[in-house]
Amino acid sequence: MADYRMHILICGGTGCKASESNGIKEKLNYFISEFDLEDEVQVVLTGCFGFCEKGPIVKVLPDNTFYTEVKPADAEDIVKEHIIKGRPLKRLLYKNPKNDYAVTSANNIDFYKKQIRIALRNCGFINPENIEEYIGRDGYQALGKCLTEFTPVETISEIKESGLRGRGGGGFPTGLKWEITRNVTADKKYVVCNADEGDPGAFMDRSILEGDPHSVIEAMAICGYCIGSDTGLVYIRAEYPLAIERLKIAINQAEEYGLLGDNILGTGFSFKIELRYGAGAFVCGEETALIHSMEGLRGEPTVKPPFPSVSGYMGKPTNVNNVETFANIPVILNKGAGWFNKIGTEKSKGTKVFALAGKINNVGLIEVPMGTTLREVIYDIGGGTKDGKEFKSVQTAGPSGGCLTKKFLDTPIDYENLVAAGSMMGSGGMIVMDEDDCMVSIAKFYLEFTLEESCGKCSPCRIGNKRLHEILDKITQGNGDLEDIERLKVLSNVIKDTSLCGLGQSSPNPVLSTIANFEDEYLAHVLEGKCPAGQCKSLVHYVINEELCNGCTLCFRNCPVGAITGERRVAHFIDQSLCIKCGVCFEKCKFNAIRVN
Amino acid sequence: MSKITSLADLKRIKEEVQSKIKLRENSDNPEQLVQIKVGMATCGIASGAKEILKYFVEELEQQAVDAIVTQTGCMGYCYAEPTVEVILPNSEPVVFGFVNKHKAEEIIDTYIKKGKLIDGIIPITFKTIDE
Repeated sequence: MADYRMHILICGGTGCKASESNGIKEKLNYFISEFDLEDEVQVVLTGCFGFCEKGPIVKVLPDNTFYTEVKPADAEDIVKEHIIKGRPLKRLLYKNPKNDYAVTSANNIDFYKKQIRIALRNCGFINPENIEEYIGRDGYQALGKCLTEFTPVETISEIKESGLRGRGGGGFPTGLKWEITRNVTADKKYVVCNADEGDPGAFMDRSILEGDPHSVIEAMAICGYCIGSDTGLVYIRAEYPLAIERLKIAINQAEEYGLLGDNILGTGFSFKIELRYGAGAFVCGEETALIHSMEGLRGEPTVKPPFPSVSGYMGKPTNVNNVETFANIPVILNKGAGWFNKIGTEKSKGTKVFALAGKINNVGLIEVPMGTTLREVIYDIGGGTKDGKEFKSVQTAGPSGGCLTKKFLDTPIDYENLVAAGSMMGSGGMIVMDEDDCMVSIAKFYLEFTLEESCGKCSPCRIGNKRLHEILDKITQGNGDLEDIERLKVLSNVIKDTSLCGLGQSSPNPVLSTIANFEDEYLAHVLEGKCPAGQCKSLVHYVINEELCNGCTLCFRNCPVGAITGERRVAHFIDQSLCIKCGVCFEKCKFNAIRVN
Repeated sequence: MSKITSLADLKRIKEEVQSKIKLRENSDNPEQLVQIKVGMATCGIASGAKEILKYFVEELEQQAVDAIVTQTGCMGYCYAEPTVEVILPNSEPVVFGFVNKHKAEEIIDTYIKKGKLIDGIIPITFKTIDE
């Protein structure tokens, strides 16, 4: 059979699937067979392209045309115009927001220009449900090479030399972790993949499992070979159904091909992988809690040491790595540690995947070399803040991280710099906030999350976070005083110092970093009873500017509680005792006559 | 599918399947490869451009020349269809007219492989907005 002359890649990630990318595939196939092009054009459902803001994404190759926001109804035109006549559809092309010109080739889209894709190398490139496409991209070569040419010790030293550090948040050197687990003597050891991605807004692990499950499977087998284990377990949250499905298909295919199972590649090494489902508790991302959850116990952390490397799952030595960490392993072994450790900064090697979310133009998944600045990520790749609003802060690492201000925009991103700035790398969530966000409310929001997710085992986390939340609530209600700010600081530090696990040790970070970077906002709340961003409902009131109001009655008719009075063509008035501060009048007024005080 | 039982086996399968996704690899760096654009507007198709496109795809594949073959819209030389534009790496685009299979063979053998110009080039008579 001759090879296909054109490939149409459709994003099959969770986001684009929700926007009917399956329907696009069906329609494309329908029209392709209608015009007898089945032998010439191949339609492939791939993993995430990362540019979720503009999904569903369809890429036509070899001309590398990048279509955005495609609907199933567009399939007919794509086939008739582009496939048959070679005329790309202008209306579906990505438009450069700076000058509104349509960009024809994906290579010219700013979003991709500064990215280096290592962990995401196959996402949006191969069909994740076809092991052969993975093999065609050097898949399982690293495993084959290790099993036949390298000893476990040599492999570990290569990983150590690469400088790879855990991508789940802590940043522990991966090679060292493997070495420690290897050096413990036991009759049974386990390789665990932590796919319990819990940060709000983070979806890098899900996308890797959906778009390139084999890379994780291959790396787990390599890890098994290195530490002396024949069993891998993937702890994945049950609310990731697509990732689970693709992972299961991949495991089955790997077994069929003899790349998992007994006597892999005739080398005598055996390895199998099983799945374990989590119910979606944030604390289970902590490795000891995760292990307890896998054992069927409550997902509660225990004191370390003993570390899982010594006594983990079922009391046996267990090596726990995160999905993204594993996805880097095959590339490092194929290309060599020397290639990998040239990327990044002195202490942080390689790349990091970030999930961009919040008030940013290009919401999506990106991978950049360590050392890229926040400004490059937010402005060059992310396209800046939405609607031209002023950038205020970027929050990294979800509920465990801190809010960084403008002055940190030129900080190169790596593990150490983020900690020095009062945040951390975390798993890679990045939430952008603009002038409309109240930082006290943001801190309260993250505390609410921590409160719900705290397992309740240790008192600093269980009780301390509750008190923190109460004080923040008091401040947003306008009842706080200066001492409350001091109390927040003291309590936060106590919680950080005394909590049992990473959840409690990092939960006050959003509070501390917002106080450090936005003290003026806290002071405005407690001293002047004002919320500068106009978000704290108890502190704002809506008033009508009599000079601008022309009495159109629009606000009067839309007020749900009848708090607005006034005659036609005469300035209106808001009764503050009745107003529930819903903001409808503010949104409806066409003359900017309503002010938020 | 029988099991892969050795590294040599795995490597063999890799070579086999690699060609299936080679087109995707090539798409990422088109400027380093030979690009061939076949005019496939109504006039081109009527003159047999589709056959020519197919010929290029198969022939280049067989001769193991890394190239990107795409179709394009009407280039305006309707009198000379089928028309084929060839861009060698680091060279100006060259458009050939009246391309039949025989001419296509000559383009591959002489221009693409050896870089020698041949008869049948249509002088470019317009400027593009990029210039």
